[in-house]
Amino acid sequence: MAHRLNSGGRLIDRSEPVSFSFNGETLKGFEGDTLASALLANDRVLLGRSFKYHRPRGLIASGAEEPNALMGVGEGARFEPNCPATTTELFHGLAARSQNHWPSLDFDVGAINARIASLAPVFSAGFYYKTFIFPRFAWKHIYEPVIRRTAGLGNPPSQPDPDSYEHFHFHADVLVIGGGIAGLAAARAAGEAGARVLLVEQTPHWGGRAGTETDTEIDGQPAAEWAAAEAAALGAMPNVTLRARAMAAGLYDHGYALVLERVADHRPDQAGTPRHRLWRVRARRIVVATGALERPLTFANNDLPGVMLAGAVRDYVRLWGVLPGSRAVVFANNDDAYRTALALHESGARVAAVLDVRREVSGALPEQVRALQIPIREGYGIARVKGAKRVSGVEIGRITASGQIGGTAETLDCDLVAMSGGWSPVVHLYSHCGGRLAWDERQVMFRPAPERGAPVGPDGQVNTLCAGAANGHLDTAGVLEDATAAGRKAAGETGHAALDDAAPEDDAPEDDAPNVSEPGMAPIAAHWFTPSRGRYIHGTKHFVDYQNDVTAADVRLAVREGYESVEHTKRFTTLGMATDQGKTSNINGLAILADELGAPIAQVGTTTFRPPYTPISFGAITGTAQGRLFKAVRQSPMHAWNAANGADFEPVGDWYRPYCYRRDGEDRHAAVTREILNARQRAGLLDASTLGKIAVKGPDAGQFLDRVYTNMMSSLKVGRCRYGLMCNENGFLFDDGVVARTGADAFLLHTTSGGSDRVHAHLEEWLQTEWWDLRVYVVNVTDQWAQVAVAGPNARKVIEAAGTDIDIAAEALPFMAFAEGEVAGCPARLFRISFSGELSYEIATPANHGLALWEALLEAGEAHGVMPYGTEALHVMRAEKGFIMIGDETDGTVIPQDLGLDWAVSKKKADFIGKRAQERADLIRPDRLQLVGLETEDPRQVLPDGVHAVAEVRGKGERMPTIGHVTSTYFSPTLDRSIAMALIERGRARMGETLSFPFEGDKVIRAKIVEPVFYDREGKRQNV
Amino acid sequence: MILLTCPNCGAECAETELAGGGVAHLRRHGPGSSDEAFTEYLFERRNPRGVHFERWRHAFGCGKWFHVARDTATMEVFGTYSAQTPEPPAEIVEAIRARRPDWEGW
Repeated sequence: MAHRLNSGGRLIDRSEPVSFSFNGETLKGFEGDTLASALLANDRVLLGRSFKYHRPRGLIASGAEEPNALMGVGEGARFEPNCPATTTELFHGLAARSQNHWPSLDFDVGAINARIASLAPVFSAGFYYKTFIFPRFAWKHIYEPVIRRTAGLGNPPSQPDPDSYEHFHFHADVLVIGGGIAGLAAARAAGEAGARVLLVEQTPHWGGRAGTETDTEIDGQPAAEWAAAEAAALGAMPNVTLRARAMAAGLYDHGYALVLERVADHRPDQAGTPRHRLWRVRARRIVVATGALERPLTFANNDLPGVMLAGAVRDYVRLWGVLPGSRAVVFANNDDAYRTALALHESGARVAAVLDVRREVSGALPEQVRALQIPIREGYGIARVKGAKRVSGVEIGRITASGQIGGTAETLDCDLVAMSGGWSPVVHLYSHCGGRLAWDERQVMFRPAPERGAPVGPDGQVNTLCAGAANGHLDTAGVLEDATAAGRKAAGETGHAALDDAAPEDDAPEDDAPNVSEPGMAPIAAHWFTPSRGRYIHGTKHFVDYQNDVTAADVRLAVREGYESVEHTKRFTTLGMATDQGKTSNINGLAILADELGAPIAQVGTTTFRPPYTPISFGAITGTAQGRLFKAVRQSPMHAWNAANGADFEPVGDWYRPYCYRRDGEDRHAAVTREILNARQRAGLLDASTLGKIAVKGPDAGQFLDRVYTNMMSSLKVGRCRYGLMCNENGFLFDDGVVARTGADAFLLHTTSGGSDRVHAHLEEWLQTEWWDLRVYVVNVTDQWAQVAVAGPNARKVIEAAGTDIDIAAEALPFMAFAEGEVAGCPARLFRISFSGELSYEIATPANHGLALWEALLEAGEAHGVMPYGTEALHVMRAEKGFIMIGDETDGTVIPQDLGLDWAVSKKKADFIGKRAQERADLIRPDRLQLVGLETEDPRQVLPDGVHAVAEVRGKGERMPTIGHVTSTYFSPTLDRSIAMALIERGRARMGETLSFPFEGDKVIRAKIVEPVFYDREGKRQNV
Repeated sequence: MILLTCPNCGAECAETELAGGGVAHLRRHGPGSSDEAFTEYLFERRNPRGVHFERWRHAFGCGKWFHVARDTATMEVFGTYSAQTPEPPAEIVEAIRARRPDWEGW
């Protein structure tokens, strides 16, 4: 039985009781408890069900590596699934519930998976790929719903996150990751040298394992007191910043680190503080002092609640005053685990035996254990753990030379198994940014091997060092020496030399290394797998990855099925792919893999470590970039008027443009129809301010534009406009627009609304990187100008009524001409260009005059029937005229010739961007898709957008080769019929042919190929 | 999240301020070039493990293009220089040689 001890517990404050709830039941803990320690103090050992087999699970660990005890914490909008109980700090009113069980934690139907699995290997490695294959319909209706219900972790919250999050940028000379003995020593050394230091620690406490290992003294002080004093000294240094509850999630190139600070998780009632703060750190040197994690041993039923890591067991005793069991068995391959036997004994628990895989055990710690009359069984292992929902005993036996359990079976009664397979340096962060590892045969661990490759800064110098246990030093003296050296080195390399040249005092010792007293450790013995007897001999129920329910048998099966690479085995078995990323399982898994392959561990290697080290919230990643701050919205100078006058907006690039202006009772369709007919019969006003506008100026401007447009621009006369096409070097059309020559050496380029930045960047790229000899400047002036299109038979009358000093008579300002002057008292450039096919002027005015011009035109035009129109009317009218729209008729694979725009591609020019590509065999193929118009047989029927044409309609489910697709499709109110444009294979040769367009299963629309200009083919209307 | 110094404005830029532009020093082949030469210009890129010459634009800064010589395996940067040169300047070549004696050369 687990219970709270009457005394002890370094981290808890017994004068501050805290009440919390677990699955609705109110329980008591203390200030300083984690959810895990508080549950254990209340003898709650069954804390969840496993992912695949729904086996009962309890705590394995005491920190970030915990695979089992994942909880749903909080309620309503603040509910968060998959929180490890070990890293969740207790607070008043905390509400936790266990996950992954149905109907209840105690009685779970899904556990039947495990029963089935014991009879037939349905859920063994790769079961997803092998089991639920046929029949096909069952996937959608049976397999997937069932798998989704039974397999999986917690459920997401159902309401939006009410908390706030923020980002924080920080620059440091030296970032030290980890606030244990190594991190404190490294930070102290770097700080004393004068470097700007940031020290981060994922837990709320400084000192790491110093708080637990009471047998260790540094400079005559217990290690925990030394750590507290060091942290206090660092806190007083102005050049050192310390942050607890700050987990380094990932290390990236050139000293960039992401650190998640949990600001308010442990005090959620605090108003005004962000819940999480993401530190974006750039450091010139990084010291990784992340310590080590203990490995489980792999034996039958090693997942029963009550089987725990030995180090975690003594953490619960010493840090939180909780005894995880009253009668324990320790199972280990190293001396460190004997500390747990001592801690348990001291706390009044009975230690039934220490089972040690080593044949002879004689270290200092084992001798202390022997002296307490605790039996040490040398060369013994656990054959299997007994018990239903918690440990009731272990069956033990002698480990034979071949690694099996032999001899007579013997049972020891216990309610706690403390296991230790040795310690693995936490090399995750070091590996994130390219640090290489080496297998250390003697210490049985992967440790950093900078000699094989280490992360470097821009200058090519190594910028990331490991220190302490993370660097393979498991003794405190070694940790201190290594970390102090690392801190000094890091500071020195950022220009902060340690004060070595200060005259040493006469009585100062030669070596200022701290004096450490700690127990010596005999060598560890590699031991990965303790196969049981009988039907479990292959390793079923010998759990390697607890969170993903991967057993030793699964790993061995992967090898038999040919998965020899560790990366393949990982994916086949899902080993290490759970939310804990295999912190307790990866090394055991690859060691078992190596054993099965008969290859050395060094050769098998590790899988790739990827950020984040432990999961971080989406909120923290997003920071303040949410809601209105998620993305900037560009608004035209007339936006407020549009919004106040029924504009129904749609996003166009970064802009919000009126799709249409709805009047009382109108739906979108009615509004668009009204706007089109009004523009065709009277006059429409379009807010065209979003149109891209780029000024190009310089003696070589004409020559430059000849190279970037497919047609000739240098021959354009001042005061005239020309439609132009821009292609990329692949020959594909990417933007179009009207170019106006505003002076002898000046042009104004119009681009598509979404394309101005892209076109501007394209021009700059070619000017700066290819044709830097050209004397040309390019400026994006899109935002500087508001623009209004006045289109319709009454357009001229509207402008005359508004008043202008420009002669706009047909002969004075013909089609494709422009002039400068005033319109309605606003400075104006008046372009006689048309995208609707009507008599049309586009008036550009400086942006701050935009609204005045707009309102003046509306007022003056009232007598002439003027109405504003939106983007949909614009689209329909341009389609009626067969004008292409970039992004509809083009998709990055279309050349001008496909669209019948050969007339706008110069044959005379020696070169332009895309010219050579347009000569490539694929771009002159006769069977390319070509732009055509379509008229449906039933004029009321509108083709769906993007629907494909087929050569032949076949039966349901049969493959039908396609010969093209619809690019634009509308109901034209002007023509009172449906119209469409399409790209069709050899389209222009098929005029008059009728094609079939099947969609939505069995529907087919038939349409005749026609010229893509549906309205006013001669262009009379715009030329009056 | 690499750091590059823009040679045009002198700012040390994090990768998020920059836009990558692929391989530097490509020789443009236009009308009149053979299919082979044009195909190589348009599509074919060497991808050695080690030294690369790249184009970058200080997109969220001064807006200028520049060139970078760096080792894409180790992330070491040998130098940044003007985009307005058909080949890497001598001091960049020298800097690479100093750090990569076995480099096959420009």
